[in-house]
Amino acid sequence: MTMRSALGRVRGLGSAHAGTHHWWMQRVSALALIPCTVVLVVVLARLGAGQHADVLTAFRMPWLAVTAMVAVFALFWHLKLGLQVVIEDYVHGRAAELGLQLFNTAFCVVLGLACELALLKLAL
Amino acid sequence: MVEFALPKHAQVQPGKTHAAPEGAKRLKEFRIYRWNPDDGRNPQLDVFQVDLDDCAPMVLDALIKLKNEVDPSLTFRRSCREGVCGSCAMNIDGTNTLACTKAIEEVEGPVKVYPLPHMAVVKDLVPDMRHFYAQYASIEPWLKVESSPPSRERLQSKAERDKIDGLYECILCACCSTSCPSYWWNSDRYLGPAILLQAYRWLVDSRDEATGERLDQLEDPFRLYRCHTIMNCAKTCPKGLNPAKAIAEIKQMMLARQG
Repeated sequence: MTMRSALGRVRGLGSAHAGTHHWWMQRVSALALIPCTVVLVVVLARLGAGQHADVLTAFRMPWLAVTAMVAVFALFWHLKLGLQVVIEDYVHGRAAELGLQLFNTAFCVVLGLACELALLKLAL
Repeated sequence: MVEFALPKHAQVQPGKTHAAPEGAKRLKEFRIYRWNPDDGRNPQLDVFQVDLDDCAPMVLDALIKLKNEVDPSLTFRRSCREGVCGSCAMNIDGTNTLACTKAIEEVEGPVKVYPLPHMAVVKDLVPDMRHFYAQYASIEPWLKVESSPPSRERLQSKAERDKIDGLYECILCACCSTSCPSYWWNSDRYLGPAILLQAYRWLVDSRDEATGERLDQLEDPFRLYRCHTIMNCAKTCPKGLNPAKAIAEIKQMMLARQG
């Protein structure tokens, strides 16, 4: 029960003057993923029947190592931004939302860095 | 969390079944949502039979006939009966639309009539629109000008005037907003398709001088960016407008003013 006017409730805490960057980065990361995914799928398909040594040779090539690292960065960035929106959409308790948002960020950063480290170990 | 099931007191139960009019040859069944705030009972689905040979063609005609001849307590809003006022917006056959422009014949099988989804119900088919109207007020839907007034009308070129076509026709019936899942989950903060289309109508009006301020007020993760281009708004709009496109244009304007 609230005695506050409808307009007062709609105006709430005011505009955050933000959101455009988040929205645009979601598009940019999606765009970056298109060519990276195509390259990786083609490379992995051709490596499918190969030996462990072939994979090592392939991922030591600088252009492929960089492409894979960019793909991992774009993927986890995109994942973080997307899951953030899902949590904002569906989780409305302040504590639960904050906890999930922190977990989402940590999850994507840690998993992303682990993938990058693995690629670096392959490449170097 | 979001609630995907209706709370117990809102679950719809079977209601009264009214007898068919005598001697009728072409009967159409209407199943209509009923809820009375005064009797403390759950909502019910009442069943009516309408003689199509003795009824005008639109769903609103049937509702008025049922109210006049069968159950005067049946409650709904209506005014212009020609798709101009937006009063009789409701959910018919699973889609939000205007009862006055929806032909009974378009519906296969029984005609199911519910109030607009995910709105608080005042009674039967009447939703509480106060929050929706307050959201409309919040975008300050009037011409804002600082330049001194001209001695005659404020002129627009033909191309400038063309830009508000597809926007000014909106009658604020709320069919689009109440069809939008994002609006269902977050209407406390998300403005919804109808209000954002109206906001864009002022953003592209060449006579308005407050474009930047308007964008400032809209630039918010919830007010604007809850739109995930689900497109229910464009699909359901009884006036054939495209709120999703207007929202996309607002996002483009936001982007265009960034560094």
